[in-house]
Amino acid sequence: MRYLPKSPADREAILKAIGARSIDDLFAPIPAEYRLNRDLKVPRQMAESEIVDWFRERSRENGDGYATFLGAGAYYHYRPVIIDSLISRGEFLTAYTPYQAEISQGTLQSIFEFQTMICELTGMEVANASMYDGSTAAAEAVMMAVRLTGRRSAVIARSVHPEYREVLATYARHQGLPLSIVDFADSGRLDVRQLEKSITAETACVLIQSPNFFGTIEDVAAIADLTHKHGAMLVVAIAEAISLGIVEPPRQGDIVAMEAQSFVVPLGFGGPYCGVIATRQEYVRQMPGRLVGQTSDKNGKRGFVLTLATREQHIRREKATSNICTNQALIALMANIFMNVYGKVGLRELAKQNLAKAAYAAQHFGKHARVLFSGAPRFHEFVIKTSEDPRVINNRLLGQKIVGGLPLKKFYPELGNASLWCCTEMTTRAAIDTAAALVAEDERSTMPATAEVAEVTR
Amino acid sequence: MPYPTDFKYTKEHEWVKADGKNATIGITTYAQDSLGDIVFVELPKVGSELAAGKTFGSVESVKAVSDLYAPASGTVTEVNAELATAPEKINKDAHAAWMVKITLKNPDELNSLLSAADYEKFVVEESGH
Amino acid sequence: MKHMTRKATRHVNQNEGLIFEKSSPGKAAWRLPPLDVPEVDTEKLLGSSERKDLGNMPEVSEIEIIRHFTRLSTWNYAIDLGMYPLGSCTMKYNPRVNEVVSRFDGLANAHPYQPEKLSQGALRILKTLSECLIEITGMDAITLQPAAGAHGELTGLLLVRAYHDSKGAPRKKILIPDSAHGTNPATAATVGYAVENLKSNSQGMVDVAALASQMNEDVAALMLTNPNTLGVFEQEIHKIADIMHAKGGLLYMDGANMNALVGKVRPGDFGVDLMHLNLHKTFSTPHGGGGPGSGPVAIKKILEPFLPTPVVITQADGSLGFEYDRPQSVGRVRAFYGNFGMFVRALAYTLANGPDGLRQTTEDAVLNANYIRKGLEGVYDLPYSTPSMHEVVFSDKLQARKGVKTMDIAKRLIDYGFHPYTTAFPLIVPGALMIEPTESESKEEMDLFIEAMKFIAEEVEEDPQMVLDAPHSTRVSRLDEVAAARKPVLRWTPAE
Repeated sequence: MRYLPKSPADREAILKAIGARSIDDLFAPIPAEYRLNRDLKVPRQMAESEIVDWFRERSRENGDGYATFLGAGAYYHYRPVIIDSLISRGEFLTAYTPYQAEISQGTLQSIFEFQTMICELTGMEVANASMYDGSTAAAEAVMMAVRLTGRRSAVIARSVHPEYREVLATYARHQGLPLSIVDFADSGRLDVRQLEKSITAETACVLIQSPNFFGTIEDVAAIADLTHKHGAMLVVAIAEAISLGIVEPPRQGDIVAMEAQSFVVPLGFGGPYCGVIATRQEYVRQMPGRLVGQTSDKNGKRGFVLTLATREQHIRREKATSNICTNQALIALMANIFMNVYGKVGLRELAKQNLAKAAYAAQHFGKHARVLFSGAPRFHEFVIKTSEDPRVINNRLLGQKIVGGLPLKKFYPELGNASLWCCTEMTTRAAIDTAAALVAEDERSTMPATAEVAEVTR
Repeated sequence: MPYPTDFKYTKEHEWVKADGKNATIGITTYAQDSLGDIVFVELPKVGSELAAGKTFGSVESVKAVSDLYAPASGTVTEVNAELATAPEKINKDAHAAWMVKITLKNPDELNSLLSAADYEKFVVEESGH
Repeated sequence: MKHMTRKATRHVNQNEGLIFEKSSPGKAAWRLPPLDVPEVDTEKLLGSSERKDLGNMPEVSEIEIIRHFTRLSTWNYAIDLGMYPLGSCTMKYNPRVNEVVSRFDGLANAHPYQPEKLSQGALRILKTLSECLIEITGMDAITLQPAAGAHGELTGLLLVRAYHDSKGAPRKKILIPDSAHGTNPATAATVGYAVENLKSNSQGMVDVAALASQMNEDVAALMLTNPNTLGVFEQEIHKIADIMHAKGGLLYMDGANMNALVGKVRPGDFGVDLMHLNLHKTFSTPHGGGGPGSGPVAIKKILEPFLPTPVVITQADGSLGFEYDRPQSVGRVRAFYGNFGMFVRALAYTLANGPDGLRQTTEDAVLNANYIRKGLEGVYDLPYSTPSMHEVVFSDKLQARKGVKTMDIAKRLIDYGFHPYTTAFPLIVPGALMIEPTESESKEEMDLFIEAMKFIAEEVEEDPQMVLDAPHSTRVSRLDEVAAARKPVLRWTPAE
């Protein structure tokens, strides 16, 4: 088998050196009754060209070349080519966790830079070297607040991504942590009056997302005031990292749990992504996940090491801040390179383009459907309500090779025929115009779709 | 290394110095030597209750964490603030780098602890030299 | 230095500071296409939510980014450069075809919420990989959702809890051998179980008598690694499984050491009820400097109702889809479906091997570990005489007489051109040297490793300071980890 660097002569020589008659001797410790005497029933060995063909077929079956209006926690942004050029280097791709600092300075320094940039973007003082994803980062952040405050319940905004809330519920159930949910107001923002009633002396933290699941930017300052007044911590989840280019970060928050997928980690059908936790210096010893710190060697030369490892599972075992071991280092490197490519000016310009595209789309969709939550600022996602079932509309759009917005009935049944639409810098005006026209079809069903498009673009 | 004779010792390598109703607690020089360079000490707040034999905090080196066990029961009246910024003081002089001061709940508990001589013997046995 | 190091030589390498130290206003590596929709007044749209300043984010050009990361990369060791003898990490070759196929547009740009009819390719990948992993493990069903091994352990214990709850008899404890990886007890605590330690016997295996006495109706499961962290196969596994099952408990297997078993034996056949796999170990997905991983959990039928949602199903019309309506499910352990990119790679690896390749891989892994064991026997202390499978554990007992410990030997190994083995784990072997070559090592590479370890042992006798001060040939020498922990500096700050 071509990945195995041994000739039959090598194997013979090794067996002889070991003093074994055959390889079977080495498997003798396995009780005979369990040893497999047959081939595994997996597909036969394939040539490299066959593997490529097999996956290319799957890629085709997955439909490429569609324009998309999907967001909802996973965002389609342009991927600068140097990201792959650099992360494909074997020294990054095939390197191990940097426990041996002297021969891992490349990985360690890049993580240190990543931590720095996340702090700059989120307005926090320390950031870790990544968590699995935004959803588990949010759950771990809530657990962190519980440890720090010694209080045993949490208040969660309903405008937090539904799957993030599901994950938190799973983690919380087994820690005996009751969660109470606070609804959103007509503005799309967290209902602050309801929040006031929900916070108790047992509330460890309030969890919000901003921009929230609907794309609406929360009033972080007001929520922070209220939360802190009651001695609780504010955890802010961020699912769309690019928003930090143009939207003020949640500086009044205590812990930020972010999904960095937007820093062009490929959508990849849901993973791998890149979560991060960022917080204030004073909480660092309760942070889960790996941390890289700066230090010097015996000659005074600057270097970087994994540090504060005593928080982690391999030392504290059952008293660890988390059970996390593997993180998302390579993905964090992609995000790192992305942040460098756009940088201080480019990130803002990119975010502005996203804002402009969504504003244009909302305006045009708004002619034929009701745009919800207009009472508060948004980033690049918005919710519309149509008289027609969004799934029917989306079917129509598929015919034009467009994937429409996410129907929300499954997550928010009271919103009826609502759907969540996202526009990024990758969304073309033509796609927006076509989609708007096709959304309009039911509202003015006398006109055929093509004429609609002509009308909108005139 | 002589162990102060006015201290009492536990098998978990804590020392306690009684002064009437009050006591001062720290870890022995043997403990700091086994731990290596100490990087962080986690101590209880003033007002917390210690229960003899139960953990009341921890001390960390780069690669390990060790629990601190209370030699006696009582209420914490003072915590050594210096250790928050300079935990290395414990490595420099473990018997001077006190961790907490308590008012003793039951001073008789100290009678079951080891004297300096007994502790020294215990350490020799445990370390095998 | 007395010996010639054959594997590695010192070489000029580039210095490089932090990217922020190169940053200068006006440098740029980006250019956006012109906007095809009207510009917006951000102040009007966002009001007080508008961000005006991105602080100290860098401004650099494209070539500076390329040079920065290329230079950094040359400071790393990697599988592509040579062996990692790290025990239980299974640092095997990361095939490049895996990278190519995962980048096909329809897979790389698939949104997790796109309609099922546009996701048939992805769903087919999920299904095919699931079927292969189920067959390899000898189990009945699987979830691919967990993001890494520890996450898989968490998911597994959630399933254990749901199972016992469904029987109306929730249990409180998990038994964990003292040789276990730290994630095991950490996970048990996260799920709200108390951890009870199970001592190993004199051969480093599970003490079956101790297990029998500690097993009762309060124990939910035993978390077992097999082969264990000494690389030894638990020969009494049938007794272990029976003891657990007789009192209604479950046997969880940590699949970190599957590289010794694939194609030769199946955990489902020897009594395991549920187990996690590490795709970034056994199934060749790249470590990437620390992740991503993927930790699928394979289960027996009895646990099927509790699987995380959603589950892949075949619809009436033959197409594939996701099923969400599963009332007894433990819920989700993460958003979306799992680390799909790793599934593509693991499946490509499986297809590249086929049944014969998988078996040969396992045989070579065990062959290699035993070759190294033979080569170093007598040079380093072997605490347990039990046969090794895919990894071997020595101790530093002989070298400690000269004041040299496993960490020092490991650092000296760097000068010989190798990454260190796993030091100081498992905890039951004081001063452990845990070595797993994997099947990816040739006889030539292993001979160089054995030679290097022999030379170091000689150096310990003749010139121990050389070993204690190692490494001597790296860009940075041993770093002050104490200062890093006492006064953590976790980000760059601009000079005042």
